[in-house]
Amino acid sequence: MAEASADLAAGGAARLTTADGRPLKGALARAQSRARRRAFLLVAPLLLFVVVTFIIPIGQMLHRSIHNDGFSKNMPLLSQWFAETEPGTPPDEAAYAALAADLKAAAEAKTVGVVGTRVNYEMPGTRSLFTSTGRKARNFEPPFQQAVLDADPKWANPALWGTMRQVSRAYSPNFFLAAVDLARDNEGNIIRAPEDRRVYMMLFERTFIIAGLITFLCLLLGFPIAHLLATLPLRTSNLLMIFVLLPFWTSLLVRTTSWIVLLQGQGVVNNALVATGLISDENRIQMIYNQAGTIIAMTHILLPFMILPLYSVMRPIPPTYVRAARSLGASSWTAFRRVYLPQTLPGIGAGALLVFILGVGYYITPALVGGASGQLISNLIAFHMQDSLNWSLAAALAAVLLGLVLILYWLYDRLVGIDNLKLG
Amino acid sequence: MKKALILSTALTAVAWSAAAEEVKVMSWGGAYTTSQVEAFHKPFTAETGITVVSIDADNPATPLKAMVEAQNVSVDVVDVNTSDAVRLCDEGQLEEIDPAMLPPAPDGTPATDDFLPGALSECAVGNIVYSTVVAYDETKFPGEKPATIADFFDTTKFPGKRAMWKSAKTTLEMALMGDGVPAAEVYDMLSTPEGVDRAFAKLDSIKKDLIWWEAGAQPVQLLADGEVTMTTAYNGRIFAAAVSENKPFVTIWDGQVYEYDLFVIPKGAPNLEGAKKFVAFATGTQPLADQAKWISYGPARKSSGPLVGLYQDGKTEMAPHMPTAEANLKNALPSSYEFWVDHDAELEERFNAWLASN
Repeated sequence: MAEASADLAAGGAARLTTADGRPLKGALARAQSRARRRAFLLVAPLLLFVVVTFIIPIGQMLHRSIHNDGFSKNMPLLSQWFAETEPGTPPDEAAYAALAADLKAAAEAKTVGVVGTRVNYEMPGTRSLFTSTGRKARNFEPPFQQAVLDADPKWANPALWGTMRQVSRAYSPNFFLAAVDLARDNEGNIIRAPEDRRVYMMLFERTFIIAGLITFLCLLLGFPIAHLLATLPLRTSNLLMIFVLLPFWTSLLVRTTSWIVLLQGQGVVNNALVATGLISDENRIQMIYNQAGTIIAMTHILLPFMILPLYSVMRPIPPTYVRAARSLGASSWTAFRRVYLPQTLPGIGAGALLVFILGVGYYITPALVGGASGQLISNLIAFHMQDSLNWSLAAALAAVLLGLVLILYWLYDRLVGIDNLKLG
Repeated sequence: MKKALILSTALTAVAWSAAAEEVKVMSWGGAYTTSQVEAFHKPFTAETGITVVSIDADNPATPLKAMVEAQNVSVDVVDVNTSDAVRLCDEGQLEEIDPAMLPPAPDGTPATDDFLPGALSECAVGNIVYSTVVAYDETKFPGEKPATIADFFDTTKFPGKRAMWKSAKTTLEMALMGDGVPAAEVYDMLSTPEGVDRAFAKLDSIKKDLIWWEAGAQPVQLLADGEVTMTTAYNGRIFAAAVSENKPFVTIWDGQVYEYDLFVIPKGAPNLEGAKKFVAFATGTQPLADQAKWISYGPARKSSGPLVGLYQDGKTEMAPHMPTAEANLKNALPSSYEFWVDHDAELEERFNAWLASN
């Protein structure tokens, strides 16, 4: 070896070569690049899959949450007038002429509804103003201010012009503001939404509290089971494992509806309690269609996600450690706290993170058993996707949720360290 | 050999394309789709040879909007309710349907005069009138039976939980009617902030006893499970449970909210001609009347009314079960799409905030 490096240092008339005489360096580089290429080809399908099904949709979602060109695309002249004038400029004849021309074009292209819908998101009750004036727009003659106001005097409202100015730019932060219960007034200042419409912050808070509570309950219930699984003889623990996995393999919908059968007013649990005389027939306990239903059903559904990582961490912990601690005089609590528990931390972290993140995004179970008080933020996202068709707001809500989860993930990394995560 | 192969392939292709003309119809599923398959799809195929493929959705307006926006439309005809039809039409997502292509009534009345008011619009043709009604389980009230919409909100007189549709639409109207507002004044009142407050106050009074349903099958299930004693529901579902499953369910027609379901053609439908043919066929006098044989939703054509006969069981007279029957219309509210197209964003938002607050 020393000779070889001496040769190299000497300036290498006798360079290192492979058996067939090629320079070793080049051959090595070629082999390595081939290996890299092969490795890349192996992961390429997954990369493509992730990009197509994950990165692009999430990017589109984030884009949609700030981009809505429903107004700007279909009302080009008026948007231009807004771009050219100062905020707060009262609409002049030129503005009304632009409005009339745009409305006429939009009505012909059948896009006036899109425009009205976009304005209606910010200023409810204005949608029909656009559609009805759009129908009359083809007969408008100068002076346009008079013509438009004759069609509907509501066009004189300064708040409407303020709102139109806000939506005349395709990119706007308004959906994000709405997602955190804020709004903009006519001058563009950020204000809080009216009290009877503040709902999202409260739901975010509730979602995180419920997900946290479910995570805690899963840990409380899952830890002893995982310990039992890890310490019992294999034959018994395999049987127990089936009991953990069987519900895990059962359809989510089946498990959720089973909880309805068990917990409802006339359900199995209430009937059993009445039959044993613990409660009277009139005082059946309301365990479903409220927060309690969401917590019970979701804890059950997410439990395996806690037990499995815990089990995989606990299995390789040698029982001799605790025995050694005991033999050195530690009480069983001290031995557990100072010897056993620290070794299970990677499993606790992984399980808690898994359960919490799944819980924060849960949709179907709260929708079925949550009633009004057990709804989570994902149910509102679904509402805006499916019923109100306000996709921009849905995207903004989803983006806020994603952001909050990422912040938590970052906090977790800072506090516990992501390398300590052990999923199996 | 090669020639024969090419020839046979070409022939197969021709035969295939001839046999493959089909119309894809998207609707709401369940007993409702069954009624459409029996009354529209099967006779249409028998007459024209065009196959009808039936697709279900929770609310067909949602996938329609998604398809048109993505410019990848795979259905030809879609069944939506009035406010969605108006909204989608205004947003340019539907093909226009010329009423002149619709068949006249048997007595020659043109389609434009034969359809009920509001059932025809630029882009949509009505097929049924359906209604959201209050229904109760008879066995739960051995003494006096509930008879009015006010009784729905009176949990002292008629104890037990209630279920309502988780939406501001129909819920607010019914709350006002339950508070004694006559049907004719509901929307005027609901257009004012005081009216909205009044509706929410009425809902507040039974909030702790309310369970919310989202899919049409849920209220019937809740009633059957004994989870609630009274519920709002689509009248056809209650009828089906009561008549074909012999459940002790009774419909209260007081304070019902009725509206149309309509056929629309999404912009960019792959088989536009077939779609138009289907819509014209399905909204003819006889098919609309036939549909009532399978479900208790009223036909949107005047001339279909007298042709409505017996239920598929062969003994139940359908006419009295229709939302549009004279006796059922005494205090009935036609759902106002103008109102909802304008106010849905604001009221649904407030409704959600109200739901979420404890």
